[in-house]
Amino acid sequence: MSAQLLQTLLGGLTIGAIYALVALGFSIIYNASRVINFAQGEFVMLGGMATVWLAAASWPLPLAGLAAVLLAAGAGLALARFAVAPARGASVVTLIIITIGASILLRGLAALVWDKKIHPLPPFSGEAPILVGGAALLPQSLWVLGVTLLVVLLLSGFFARTLTGKALLATSHNRLAAQLAGISVQRVLLASFALSAALGALAGILVAPITFTSWDVGVMLGLKGFAAAILGGLGSGPGAVLGGLALGMIEALGAGYVSSAYKDAIAFVIILAVLVFMPGGLLGKRSTDRV
Amino acid sequence: MLLSAENLCKDFGGVRALDGVGLEIEAGPVHAVIGPNGAGKTTLLNLLTGIYRPAAGSIRCRGRDLTGRAPHVFAAAGVGRTFQNLQVFHNMSALENVMAGRWLHERCTLAAALLHLPGRARAERACRAQAAGLLDFVGLEAWRDAASEAMPYGALKRLEIARALAAQPRLLLLDEPAAGLNPTETQEMARLIGRIASRGITVVLVEHNMRLVMQVSQRVLVLDYGRTLAYGAPAAVRNDPRVIEAYLGAGAQ
Amino acid sequence: MPRPGGLAALALVVVLLPLALPNNYTYEVAILVGLNAIVCVGLNLLIGYAGQISLGHAGFFGLGAYGSAILTARYGWPPLGALAASLGAVGLLAWVVGRPILRLQGHYLAMATLGLGIIVSIVLVTEDRLTGGPDGMSVPPLGAFGWTLAGEKAWYWTVGALLLAAVWLARNLIDSPRGRALRALHGSEVAAEVIGIDSARHKLGVFVLSAMFAAAAGALTAHYAGFITPSKAAFLHSIELVTMVVFGGMASTFGAVVGAAVLTTLPQFLTVLKDYEMMVFGAVMILTMVFMPRGLVPTLEQALAAQR
Repeated sequence: MSAQLLQTLLGGLTIGAIYALVALGFSIIYNASRVINFAQGEFVMLGGMATVWLAAASWPLPLAGLAAVLLAAGAGLALARFAVAPARGASVVTLIIITIGASILLRGLAALVWDKKIHPLPPFSGEAPILVGGAALLPQSLWVLGVTLLVVLLLSGFFARTLTGKALLATSHNRLAAQLAGISVQRVLLASFALSAALGALAGILVAPITFTSWDVGVMLGLKGFAAAILGGLGSGPGAVLGGLALGMIEALGAGYVSSAYKDAIAFVIILAVLVFMPGGLLGKRSTDRV
Repeated sequence: MLLSAENLCKDFGGVRALDGVGLEIEAGPVHAVIGPNGAGKTTLLNLLTGIYRPAAGSIRCRGRDLTGRAPHVFAAAGVGRTFQNLQVFHNMSALENVMAGRWLHERCTLAAALLHLPGRARAERACRAQAAGLLDFVGLEAWRDAASEAMPYGALKRLEIARALAAQPRLLLLDEPAAGLNPTETQEMARLIGRIASRGITVVLVEHNMRLVMQVSQRVLVLDYGRTLAYGAPAAVRNDPRVIEAYLGAGAQ
Repeated sequence: MPRPGGLAALALVVVLLPLALPNNYTYEVAILVGLNAIVCVGLNLLIGYAGQISLGHAGFFGLGAYGSAILTARYGWPPLGALAASLGAVGLLAWVVGRPILRLQGHYLAMATLGLGIIVSIVLVTEDRLTGGPDGMSVPPLGAFGWTLAGEKAWYWTVGALLLAAVWLARNLIDSPRGRALRALHGSEVAAEVIGIDSARHKLGVFVLSAMFAAAAGALTAHYAGFITPSKAAFLHSIELVTMVVFGGMASTFGAVVGAAVLTTLPQFLTVLKDYEMMVFGAVMILTMVFMPRGLVPTLEQALAAQR
């Protein structure tokens, strides 16, 4: 494999891991409440920007990151509690507008509290590229891939072993039955938003040293994360990861070998193709409506 | 032959809901499809109206092959139906529901609609009058201007029938018309079915209520586990030992 | 519910409004309201009546705008011809992409239309030799046979008349059997099918119609402003349009007009708040959907009906 191809794929894998984290956030919320959280990208933004802000205030990086994740989780809780929960049972369009409104609100807040400039974050362990088979790999990429892998493993454990995780799963399969079994759907909603926000923020912190961060970095990342979730099958955890990695790599290959000007369009072309030919995504379920 | 089906099969995941069911519905007699829960009655109905596509088999309506076509094609061929889980248009009033049912008989191009061409106003009035007449026919004259959201269950069942009748079907498939009705309402439903049949519409009902089935139908098809168990006159079917066994278990009389 | 007085009332507002407009700037806002309202009336047919969704309608708006702009500016076409051709092209595109994507429901349809809109906006930015790229391009004024449409007042009356025409067309459609077919589709697609309504065809028809309304408004906007940028086709603009429709009231043509009016003028007041503008807009979106999910006009109607 040529060095250039390997480098492209590694880059694609890295950004793909970020998409995977964002996509997981979408799937978790969708599973818990059938809501598409268009503000997911803003949690990514919060992660990066809050970390930059705290680090600039001389907080040690790990602490700043942790605080940023908690801040985002708090924002997720607030969004769920004050914007989504009151609109229970509303139509698809209504819920979409609410979360989009939240994303606009958060972006406006970020522009106000911070600024509209682009901010870098120092890489976690240096900038010297590591040579892998002739391809240059950023140390930060290893962080991204490593942390994402860890997160995915932890999440599987969470959903399979803990009570909260199982409650989330149960609600996603059958809301009424879960309620009858004593699971508080409200709590599930809040937990899912908090968890997804944390995941998004983590993604934002991981990627900030590579792509930098700014007040509106969440828009495209959110949409592409959503594209990855649909590619893998909306509502499927493994699908989100697979979709994210696949999207990242296809995008990198497309940008490198087809057209870099249209790089951003690749994700959406894929989406249209998936939705038209295979709406369930790579791993999603096919359902028949009983009448 | 009004509607005939041959060797209909339908699978859901690993479950074979219908296995080689065939039937022939001639114009005229009221038919009933009965069978224990899970026998495949609603699945059969959905296949006969194009909502499901059969995995195997064919459906012909007056000689025309309709297998695998969309529901609106079945409707245009003269097949109408009501639903077990009501599918009333809750965003419209009772009258508008029935007026919507007139779609197949309204001649209205997009241009005519957009530009409100001459004749539209008169056509609207005629449609409104026809819909009102149908509401009277099913006994819903009191609910004419009501929002469908405000109507009780029994009235909504009759509203669906009025809407289906608005399309002037030759064949009307009723999915559990008596479900959820008390004995008085069930008797009214029986009378309504009789009135519909006397208008020359062939009625096929899927039903659990045996008294209603015996009372109104002239042909009964019994399904069990997705297969045809018996087919004939009500009295013959009622006494068929296989039917008794399917409903009441072996060892019953 | 047919309300013949509604169109007359709107006509009255259009005719009398200039008495309340003190200067050119307010005329400009009014014209903008009218243009947005035209898009919203069409979009409302799709979202409110047929129960579908589109998060990419700004794409059609942008295509209509750029189509007319490019044909007049780069190829010297007469403006009216360019406008008509642009409309036709967008209608055709909507027909071609609508067929496969309208099979989708709910979130999937939302995402497909979103993807479509974003692809259009990316193309408009990237093909800069044709479109002028992110900085946009100049657009010649609208005119025919030597006469040019210029000046705020002339545009006001033009847009006002076109808005009334759009509302008239929409209301006619809604009060016809085709309108009932659309509403039936929204009520229960399967029940609509079994009474003979070809749901795919009707959805496609209203999708194309609403796309053409958007394209027409887009082309007019381009000629009016004398300039067009790709931001008019961006995701944010699509969201603004959907919000106007939902805010004003779904399944209410006048609601769509009211929604366009309120949400077009709101940012004008919010520029006072400058830095807080985005936050307030976002908050307005959330609060209206939570407390007035049916939209402004139906909620007011319900409140008035309850008073009696």
